[in-house]
Amino acid sequence: MRDAFAQRLTKLAKKDSKIFLLSGDIGNKLFDKFKSNFPNRFINCGIAENNMIGVAAGLAKEGYKPFVYTITPFLTSRSFEQIRLDVGCSNLNVYIVGTGSGLSYSRLGPTHHSLEDLALMQSIPNLEISIPGDPYEIEEILSKVIKKNKPHYIRLGKKNKTRFLEKYKTKYNKINCLLKGKKIAIISLGPIVEEAFKAIKMLEIKGIKPSLYSINHIKPFDFKNLSKKLKSYNKIFILEEHYEWGGFASRILDSQEIKNFNIIKIAIRNKFYNGLGEQSEARKFLKIDSRGIYNKILGYETR
Amino acid sequence: MRKDILIMTTKAKSAHLASCLSCVDIIATIYSNFKIKNNENRFILSKGHAALALYSVLYRNKIISKKLFESFCKKGSILEEHPSSKLKGIECSTGSLGHGLSFGNGLAISYKLKKKTQKIFVLLSDGECNEGATWEGFMFASAKKLGNLFVLIDFNKWQATDRSLNVLHLQNLREKLKNFGWNTYELDGHNSKLIKRILKTRITSKPVAIVCNTVKGKGVDFMEDDNNWHYRIPTILELKKAIKTL
Repeated sequence: MRDAFAQRLTKLAKKDSKIFLLSGDIGNKLFDKFKSNFPNRFINCGIAENNMIGVAAGLAKEGYKPFVYTITPFLTSRSFEQIRLDVGCSNLNVYIVGTGSGLSYSRLGPTHHSLEDLALMQSIPNLEISIPGDPYEIEEILSKVIKKNKPHYIRLGKKNKTRFLEKYKTKYNKINCLLKGKKIAIISLGPIVEEAFKAIKMLEIKGIKPSLYSINHIKPFDFKNLSKKLKSYNKIFILEEHYEWGGFASRILDSQEIKNFNIIKIAIRNKFYNGLGEQSEARKFLKIDSRGIYNKILGYETR
Repeated sequence: MRKDILIMTTKAKSAHLASCLSCVDIIATIYSNFKIKNNENRFILSKGHAALALYSVLYRNKIISKKLFESFCKKGSILEEHPSSKLKGIECSTGSLGHGLSFGNGLAISYKLKKKTQKIFVLLSDGECNEGATWEGFMFASAKKLGNLFVLIDFNKWQATDRSLNVLHLQNLREKLKNFGWNTYELDGHNSKLIKRILKTRITSKPVAIVCNTVKGKGVDFMEDDNNWHYRIPTILELKKAIKTL
């Protein structure tokens, strides 16, 4: 996913001379091509994220399209105020790109986990939010958002090389239906959709056939349209690699349009976690892996 | 302009009077010597709490109307106690300290890339040099050789509740900035001629920092260097007395 981001941005920058890339001293080798092609439009801002956001806002004021890239918590929580004021309040066309979101860096410990970023970013007016699920989607999203003159937050995973959404031709800012089932729907955000696919295979053996939807853009969001799509389901599970408070599920539950739906969160308890191991082990431990999803849905179905 | 500030602060019952009086000469010097607007020179008031000083300069330079100026802090007015980017000519909404320099860095990079010959001016307070982001910005500007960036520090030796030198280590500020790779100057921040001379200097490969020694509450003898006037609002009697001493 990181590679796809770097490649697509380099491609777009060939056509669009307004694109800038600001890095917080990360992405060793990742941006070599961008750097060699556009040395004037790449800035290593150092390990100084607050200044980096301000610089990006200044560039956007001048009509440029700056992409700010570093590890998610160091943007979204460390530089929250810069994003809120310099980017959001001024409504400037800055792209905040967080890499290693959710539990992508699970082994690196809670300093590098990002399980509250959606709570923070969703609270900022004007800021649009996209969550690509695989390399195909980041390419799709970049091609679309580059034409919008708005502040953006883009929540990237880590490597995520498998292009498992490509065959579904998922679209930007649509409620993409991946599998059509009955009675139960799973709405998944971002790369964790791979766990949902596996869970559904396991559920089918038990005769349960949920629908699977994937969403890659959550703000602004058409809740009315979602409520239409959800009408026929009696249970809706929202799957996200985020704390269970303040994520997209929370926003669904708050929205006026989504009423009388049975919505169940599959997300992470509000705690700091150590010793999680690899991302797959972390998901398993936190019961948001395929087995966890399977058990949760089965639990509700066999009550 | 000091009179305008005194009257409006009393009318609107707004704080930060002494901070405004401390830096109004600097702002006035910039606006009277440079064209400040898009595609020309740019100015950022990073110490946003001195917005009234900026508004008074904008008003006296006929950039905003008398009517708008007199709407300061009234319901529905765009002129609040801190400047908003919604007002034309205000680059970014400041008031939370430590944001303006980084924004100015972004403008300066853009001007450099576009080969523009104009300058970016940023006004900081000494209290604002408490903020870590300000120092990120200082290191960035010199590393990226932003010679078109001119930063003025309103060094009135006070911050909200104490002498700034007692709060955090701001001693030898000029020397510090020199060591951060800046061209540095230190001067009387109420002397328009001196400020102008430095601001007119040719652009080099180094950003320029001017430590402006100022007096908080400057111009009103009973307010000068008395930090009570950081928050205090004059009574009508004090206002009359203050105007007389100008």
